[in-house]
Amino acid sequence: MSPLRRRLFFGVPLAFAVAGGEGFYILLRRMQAQQYDPHALPSPLIGKRPPAFSLPGTAGMQGFANTDIAAPPKPMLVNWFASWCVPCAEEAAMLGKLAAGGLAIWGIAYEDNTQALKQFLAANGNPYQRIAADADGTTAINWGVYGVPETYFIDKSGIVRWRYAGALTDDVVASTLNPLLETYS
Amino acid sequence: MRRALFILALLPGLAVAQDMVTRDGVTLTQAQETRAETIGDQLRCLVCQNESIEDSNAKLAAQLRQIIRTQVVQGVPDESIMNYMVQRYGIFVLLKPPVSPLTWLLYAMPGLALLAGLAAFWFGRRKTGTAAPLNATEAARLEDLLRE
Repeated sequence: MSPLRRRLFFGVPLAFAVAGGEGFYILLRRMQAQQYDPHALPSPLIGKRPPAFSLPGTAGMQGFANTDIAAPPKPMLVNWFASWCVPCAEEAAMLGKLAAGGLAIWGIAYEDNTQALKQFLAANGNPYQRIAADADGTTAINWGVYGVPETYFIDKSGIVRWRYAGALTDDVVASTLNPLLETYS
Repeated sequence: MRRALFILALLPGLAVAQDMVTRDGVTLTQAQETRAETIGDQLRCLVCQNESIEDSNAKLAAQLRQIIRTQVVQGVPDESIMNYMVQRYGIFVLLKPPVSPLTWLLYAMPGLALLAGLAAFWFGRRKTGTAAPLNATEAARLEDLLRE
């Protein structure tokens, strides 16, 4: 075996192992920094308008239809949540902060009942301008919602630009939501 | 002829005896249920991502099973039911993703691995050739050793 060949025999597998290790390291680092969630799915709604729906209001709030979010005066969030959802309660403070900052947030209560919802809002605050009730989860399936909370960013032309599955955190707001608000307002 | 009449006479009974099953709130024939299961086996449950919709206990999976069965009873073709799911959840919902620019590397992997193995085998094989003949000194040394 020539020296070059011997070196290749040792070097090529080593290079693969090092590249693989580096890849995993980057992956785990990004997961730790919450920049990458292996369970998150890209939403097919991105770049499109939400499918047609018309949902009644709940907990004393006005409901809404897809036509109501077809051309909002400013970019807005549609937040899917439920009173029975633990991360939704954790997220409430962040939504309250965003609403106080002037961002319009409309909620859709996923498979919920009015009484439990009223208690949830009383306990965690109400950042929503409107709350629609998707009692049987049909609209959620049409949106491709696969859990609560999920947050959709809708621009001024009514097009979905971003979907986030899970509770909004400071990191997510700083790294993704704020740049989106700058781009689309 | 008699036999044919006999079978004919049995047919209505068969239709009645064809057992209906109820699954996830939809009543359908056994054949329809089998079709629905085949479709559901190919779809990923979005909640517990390594299970199929058929296997999963998640509520969303039950709702999707119900949608599949309702559409099967309505006679919607398999492909349209698959499209219904992909439109909502993306190609991730398919347990067997289609070949696309995004997945070609995945599907090419076995072939690439085979090629890499063949290359390693080819370049790694030992050179076998005839050894150089011994010179006089070496021959004498060998004689000595053999004699000992």
